[in-house]
Parts: sequence; C-alpha cells; structure tokens
Amino acid sequence: MFFKSAFYRHPEFKVGALDSMAAAPGLAAWGLMMGVTMVNSGLSTFESLLMGAIVFAGSSQLAAIPLIAAGAPMWVVLATGFCVNLRFVVFSAHLRPYMMHLPLGQRLLTGYLTTDLSYVLFTRRYPQHGGSAAQLHAQQAYLAGNCGVNWVAWVSCTVIGVVLSAWVPTQWGLGFAGILALLGILFSLATSPLRWVSAGVAGAAAVAAYALPLKLNIMLAIAVAVALCLLLQASQRAAPSVDEEVL
Amino acid sequence: MTADQTDLWTVLVILGLTAITVLTRTLFFISSKPWHLPQWAQRGLQYAPIAALAAVIVPEIVMTHGAFIGHWQDARLFAVLAGAAWFFGRRGQGQAVLGTIVAGMLVYLPLHLLWGW
Repeated sequence: MFFKSAFYRHPEFKVGALDSMAAAPGLAAWGLMMGVTMVNSGLSTFESLLMGAIVFAGSSQLAAIPLIAAGAPMWVVLATGFCVNLRFVVFSAHLRPYMMHLPLGQRLLTGYLTTDLSYVLFTRRYPQHGGSAAQLHAQQAYLAGNCGVNWVAWVSCTVIGVVLSAWVPTQWGLGFAGILALLGILFSLATSPLRWVSAGVAGAAAVAAYALPLKLNIMLAIAVAVALCLLLQASQRAAPSVDEEVL
Repeated sequence: MTADQTDLWTVLVILGLTAITVLTRTLFFISSKPWHLPQWAQRGLQYAPIAALAAVIVPEIVMTHGAFIGHWQDARLFAVLAGAAWFFGRRGQGQAVLGTIVAGMLVYLPLHLLWGW
C-alpha cells in the first residue's frame, strides 16, 4: 500500500494520487459532515474519532449512526452496514483478477482501502487486468497513490468535523445533509428502471413496516424489493418487451 | 446516550462495522480457490444496495417521530427536490453527490430555520 517505497517511488503512484485529488473537495466536505453528524447523533468524541478512522465506509457509517443512536441490536446495525456495502462485493468480484497475485494480507489491506471512488478511477485507468510483473506493479502503485490521498483526506476531514461539531447545534438539522448524501449515492446507483423499482418498493415498504421492532423494516424492505425485482426480471426475460427488442 | 460517554457496546459495533468493511470489499479475493455465487444471488446483488439506501433514507424524509407526515409543508421534501434537480440536471457527472448535498441544504436550512418547516 501507500507506505511502501516500492509504490510511492513509482511514477504511477503520482498519477493515482492526482486523480484522487481532483475529487478530494467532495470527499473532504463529506468527511467533515460525517464528523459533525457522528457527534451530533450522540456518539462520544472517542467513538466518533474511532469510527472515522477505521470504518472507512461513508454510506454504511451514515446508515449505522441512526441505528446506533436508537439502540438497535448489534446484528441489525451490522446487517444494515453489510447491505449498504453490498456494492463492494460486486466490486470485489471485478477486482479479483487484479489482486490475486498478492499475498492474502496485502489483498485484505488493499481491498479495505479501496473505496467506490478508487474502484471507479482504478478500473477506468486499467480496464484490462493482468499483464507482466511490471504492469501488475504499476497497477498497484496507481491504486496505492489513489487510496492514500483518499484515506488522508477522509480521515483528516472527519477529525476536523468532530472538533467543529461543538459549535454546530443539532437543532440546525445539519444531520439532514447525511440523508442528502445518501440520496446522491442512491441516484448514482439508479442506472436501470428495475433499480428505480427496487428503490421505490424498498422505500415504501420501509415506511409501511416502520412499526416493526429492531429496525426490521429495513431488512424486510430489502428482501421485498430484491425478490420483486428478481421476479420482474424473470418475467421480462420470458416475454421480452418491444423496447428491449428495439434496444 | 449521554454526551461524551464512550460505551463498550458502541465500540464493539464500530469494530464490527470495520470488519464488515473489510469483508465486503475483499469478499471475492479472500479465497484463492475459484468459486461463484449462485446465479440468482448474483442477479439479486445488483438490486440490494439501492434497496438498502432507500429503506434507510425514505423514512427519514417522509416520517416524523414514527408517523407519516401527511402534508407537504416540510423542509425535507423541498430539499430532496432541490437535490434531485441538481443531480439530474448534471446527469450525475462531476461532483454530483456533493452538489446534491449543497443544493438540498441551501433549500433545507432557510425553510427549516427561518420558516420553521
């Protein structure tokens, strides 16, 4: 990773770092807000700093914070975090051939530090995996530079947010910025009509089943939405619509 | 939860969430043996993330204290419209997520703090 001189002396390290810096303002604002949100939701300073430094997954943190504040059982918080993070499972399937030449420990560390942003930028620069040992090394150097900038920007801005939170009262409702951030990510995931169906069904089901204990409405909403989308997908395949034939 | 008291349960949850981050980001390259998810699960995977996000945020937008708001005079609804207008106006390019936050908050804060919605 980025602390290895074999990586940070490689020219691709700088390319990766610069690509990440282009997106750093967004990341910084998001990290800052995360720090404020964590403290305003009732996490202690230590808990906020710990979460900001090690969880390193903005959307799952935002989803987990209200559940932690509401005292939901641990498995519900972790299961919710897992579901919000499911997109990374898909990314990991994509990244597998880029990683398998590394030993397990390095695979785990590299994967842990590869956020959505790094995944998108990395696969944009290297659409083809594999190659010679030198090419594999260049890929890892790029990823190290990219993830390094990402990590530093994220963690430092989270710490600043935690410090500033004392001057930002909760009544202002700044926590709503977290919901808007998740909304932006939701929009960026809505790349097909069935994904819109999934979002609509899950949202409606989560409201309808809100009275369930243990925040189970979230799990129920995901299960209903995914099942319905799989059924709709199967029926679309059985009888392809005119639109699909044209496309 | 009282202010600035660290409790063990929350620390354990944070450690658990860290493990979830590692697990989800590395799931397909932990094992060096070739393996595959069942077909239906692979297809289902693409709908789960957006469902999880919607299930978390929609109640935060349309409910207050566990009840559906049932009226439109709520700053959150207008903030969501503004955020959506920004995101789709930009077609999701550039800092679209940041823009969604900023546009939404620029509508939310005046309505919430000055207008009292």
